[in-house]
Amino acid sequence: MWESFWFEFINFYFIPGLVLGCIYALGAIGITLTFGILRFANFAHGEIMMTSSYLTWEFVLVASSFGLILHPIIGAIPASICAIFLALIVDRFFYKPFRNSPTIMIVIASFGMMLIIRSLVQVIWGPNQITFVKGIAKPNHFIKDFTSNFDMMLLIPNKHISILLGTIIIMLVFNYLLSSTKIGKGMRAVSDNPNLAEVSGINVENIVKATWVVGGFCAAAAGVFLALDTQFIESTMGFRMLLPMFAAAILGGIGRPFGAVAGGLIIGLAEELSAYPWLGNGPVISPGYKSGVAFSIMVLMLIFRPSGLFRGKVF
Amino acid sequence: MNSDTILSINKLVAGYGETEILHKISISVNKNEIVSIIGPNGAGKSTILKAILGTLNIKSGEIFLKKTKINGVKPSDVVKKGVGYVPQTDNVFVSLSVHENLEMGAWTIENNLNDKFEELYNLFPDLKDKKKQLAGQLSGGQRQMLAMAKALILDAKVLLLDEPTAGLSPKYRLEIFDTIQRINKSGLPILMVEQNAKQALQISHRGYVLVDGSNRYTGTGAELSADPEVARMFLGSRG
Amino acid sequence: MEIFLGYFLYAMSLLTVGGIYALLALGLNVQWGFAGLFNAGVAGFAAIGAYTYALLTTAESQFHFGGLELPLVVGDILAMIFAGIVATIIGLICIRLRADYLAIATIGIAEIIKLILKNETNITNGPRGINKIPRTWEHFTEERFYTNFPMNLFSNQKGWEAFFASIPKWWWQPFFAITIILIVIITYFFLEKLRVSPWGRMMTAIRENEKAAAAAGKNVTKRRIEAFILGAVIMGLAGAFLGQHLRLIEPTQTFDPSKMTFLVWVMLIAGGSGNNKGAILGAFLIWFVWSSSELVTNGVIEILATMFDSIDISILKNRAGFIRMLFIGLLLQLILQRYPKGILPEKRPAISGKY
Repeated sequence: MWESFWFEFINFYFIPGLVLGCIYALGAIGITLTFGILRFANFAHGEIMMTSSYLTWEFVLVASSFGLILHPIIGAIPASICAIFLALIVDRFFYKPFRNSPTIMIVIASFGMMLIIRSLVQVIWGPNQITFVKGIAKPNHFIKDFTSNFDMMLLIPNKHISILLGTIIIMLVFNYLLSSTKIGKGMRAVSDNPNLAEVSGINVENIVKATWVVGGFCAAAAGVFLALDTQFIESTMGFRMLLPMFAAAILGGIGRPFGAVAGGLIIGLAEELSAYPWLGNGPVISPGYKSGVAFSIMVLMLIFRPSGLFRGKVF
Repeated sequence: MNSDTILSINKLVAGYGETEILHKISISVNKNEIVSIIGPNGAGKSTILKAILGTLNIKSGEIFLKKTKINGVKPSDVVKKGVGYVPQTDNVFVSLSVHENLEMGAWTIENNLNDKFEELYNLFPDLKDKKKQLAGQLSGGQRQMLAMAKALILDAKVLLLDEPTAGLSPKYRLEIFDTIQRINKSGLPILMVEQNAKQALQISHRGYVLVDGSNRYTGTGAELSADPEVARMFLGSRG
Repeated sequence: MEIFLGYFLYAMSLLTVGGIYALLALGLNVQWGFAGLFNAGVAGFAAIGAYTYALLTTAESQFHFGGLELPLVVGDILAMIFAGIVATIIGLICIRLRADYLAIATIGIAEIIKLILKNETNITNGPRGINKIPRTWEHFTEERFYTNFPMNLFSNQKGWEAFFASIPKWWWQPFFAITIILIVIITYFFLEKLRVSPWGRMMTAIRENEKAAAAAGKNVTKRRIEAFILGAVIMGLAGAFLGQHLRLIEPTQTFDPSKMTFLVWVMLIAGGSGNNKGAILGAFLIWFVWSSSELVTNGVIEILATMFDSIDISILKNRAGFIRMLFIGLLLQLILQRYPKGILPEKRPAISGKY
C-alpha cells in the first residue's frame, strides 16, 4: 500500500533532493579535482557553472532567431565547450603564474576571478533573473500512469528525468575515464600525491589541463541542470551553489571524485529532507535556513572528520 | 671521468631557499655498484637525492648522468632520462591499485609493457597476487617493494633509494636488502641513503659518510665497516 | 560658494566611507597580514557590528527588536564585543584549519549571518532592514536626544530647536568624518604598538614558520584565535559606523560580499598586507578609485550617448557598476601578479631576542 506518507515523502522530498544532489555532485567533482590536483579551493567554480547556463540560454535564443527550437540540453553542448575554454583561459592567465607561490595566492586570485566572471556576465546579460524554461513542469504521464497501476504513483516532471539520466550518463563516462584511461589514472595519481607524480615522470601540466576540461564540463552540466530545475538563471546562482559544493567535496574527502558525488547526493537530500515535518507538523528546519544545512554538515565534518567520509586529503 | 661512471656529482652546493645544506659534495656511482650514503640525521643525505632529481635549488656544482648534465632539468625529465627514484615516504599512490601504480611508473612510455610488468611481478612475487588491491592496503614492506618496482619500469640507468628500510621490521629489512642486491645483480647501479648503516654497508660496494652536509669519509663498504671511527659514530647503536 | 560646499561635503563623505573601509582593512590586516588567517567573511562581521549597534540604539519600533535606546558609545562598544564573541566561537572551531578551509568556512559564516538576519524577522525586521539608525553627532538633532539627559541640562526643547535651526544642516558631517578618522588613527597606533610588541613578533614568527614556533613552545592556536578575534572586533566597530553612515541597513544589499569583503581584500593587498599604513592607504586609495570611477563611467556614458543617438544609455547606466567591479577585479589580479607586496610592503619587526 502506497500510503500518503510515502507518496508525499518520495515525490515531494526525496526526488527533488536527489535532483539537487545530482547538481551538487556534478559541481563538486570539479571542486574536489582542483582541490586535489592543484591544492586550492577554487572560488570561481560556481561562476563557471553560472556562465554556462547563460551561454546555453544565449545559444538557444540565437538558434530560435534562425527558426531552430533547441532543447536546452542541445544548447548546453556548445556552452560546455565554451566553459571548458573559460576554465583553461582562467587557469593559464590567472592561476598558472602562482603555481610555485603559496597556495593562498591562487585562492585570492580565484576569489578575484569569482567577481570578474560574475561582473562580466552582469555587464553582458544584466543583473536580473532571466526565465530559462517557460511554463509549469508537469509530471511525466507515462511514469505516473505506469506506477499508478502498482499503487505507488510517482510524479516526476520531465526536467527531473533529464537531470537524473544526464547525471547518470556523465557519471558512467566519468567513471570510465578515471578507472580505465591513462589520463584519468594520471589524474587520480596526481590528486593522490603530486610530488610522487612528478618524480614518477608524469607530466603534471597536462594532467592539470585535463582537470580543467573535466571540471569545466561537469560544472557546465551542473549549471544547465540547475537552470533546468529552477527554470530561471541569475548571476548569483553560482555563488549560491558554492557552499553546498564545497560541503559535498569535503564530505566526500578532498581529491576523491566519487566521494564528491556521494557527498553531493547526501547534501542535496539533507537540504530537501530538512524541510520534511519529521517532528510534529512544521518542517524540522524552517525553509529560510535550508541553505544553512550544507554549511552545518561541512562544519561538523571539518571538526570531527576533516578527511571526509572516504578518507581524502587533509592539508 | 671514468667511462664506467654512471652518475657523478661534482662539488654540489644546494639547499632549500636561502639555507645551504650541501657544501661541495662529490659522489659517484659506477657501473654495477651499490653505493650507500650514511650519516647522522640532518646531515643532508636525502637532500642529495632531491638535488639529483631536480626538486630543489642547486647553487653550484654539476650532476652528470653518464655524459649528460642533468642539473637544471625538470624532475619529470630527469626521470625520463633514466634516473629511477624511490622516495622515503609516500612513495606509492595509495588510492590506486598495485597495477595502476606500475602503470603510473611507466607514464612516459607509449608501447605495450605487459612483458615488463610480468618481469617485475616475477621479481616481486608478493605483488603479483595483489595486482588489483589498493596500494594503501599493502604492508610497509610490500609498499616499499611496489615503490621499487614502479621505479624500475622505465629501464632506469641508476636507481636512487631514499632510506628503503626506514620503519620496517627486521624481517622486512633483510628482505628489502636482499631485493636490492637482486636488482643490482641484474645490472642496475644503485645509490641509496640509509639509516641502518651496518647492514647497508654490508651489501654496498662503496660508501660515503656525510656529516653536516660535507663528505667526511669515503671507502669500500668493507673498509668503512671496519673503520673504528665510523663504527663509533654510526654503527654502534644502529643497524 | 554652493559648488565649494558641494565639494566639501563630497570630500567629507569620501573621508567617512574611506575611514570605515580603513577600519575594515586594518581589522583584516590583523587577521591576514599579522596572523595569515584568510577571512572571506568580512561582510559578516561588519553586519554583526552594524546590526548590534542598530538594534541597541534605535528608538522603539514596531518592526524590530529595540527601544533600548542605549547611548551611542555603548552601542559601538557592544558592536565590538558582539563581533568578538562570534569570532571567538568561529575561531575555536575553524582556526586550526588550513587557510583554504578557513576561507570556505568564513564565507559560510557570512552567509549564515545573512540568513539569520533575513529570517529572524521579529528581531531584525528581515529583508526590509532597520531604518533611522542614530548617527554620532547628527543624533543631537533628534528630539529624543535633546529632550533627555544630558542635553536637557543645557537648554530646553525650544532652545535646542532654535540652535539647530541657526546652524547649517550639514554641521555634523565634518564632525562625523573627523570622529571616524580619529578612530582610524587610534586603531593604527594601537596596532603599531601591538605589532612590535612581543605578541606581534610572535605572530610574525608563527606566520613564518608555524611548526618551529609550535616547537619553541608557543601556543600557536591560541595566538591565532586572539588575532582573529581582534580583527573581528575592529570590523565590528567599522560595521557600527557603517550602519550610522547609511542610517538604513538590510541583510543583502548593504552587506553584499563583493562590496564589503572583496573590496576590503583589494584594499589590503593593494596597500600592502602586513603593513598597517598600507592598509589605511589602500583603503582610501581604492575607495577613491572606486567612487571616482563612478564619475568616469557616467561621463563616458554621457559622451557615448551624445555621439551615438541610437544607444540606449539606460542599459549602460544600469550596468556601469558591474564594469567598475570588473575593473577592480582585474586591478586585483594585476597587483597580485606584478606587485604582490603592495604599495607599502610589510616591514618586519626584528625577530631576534625573546618573543
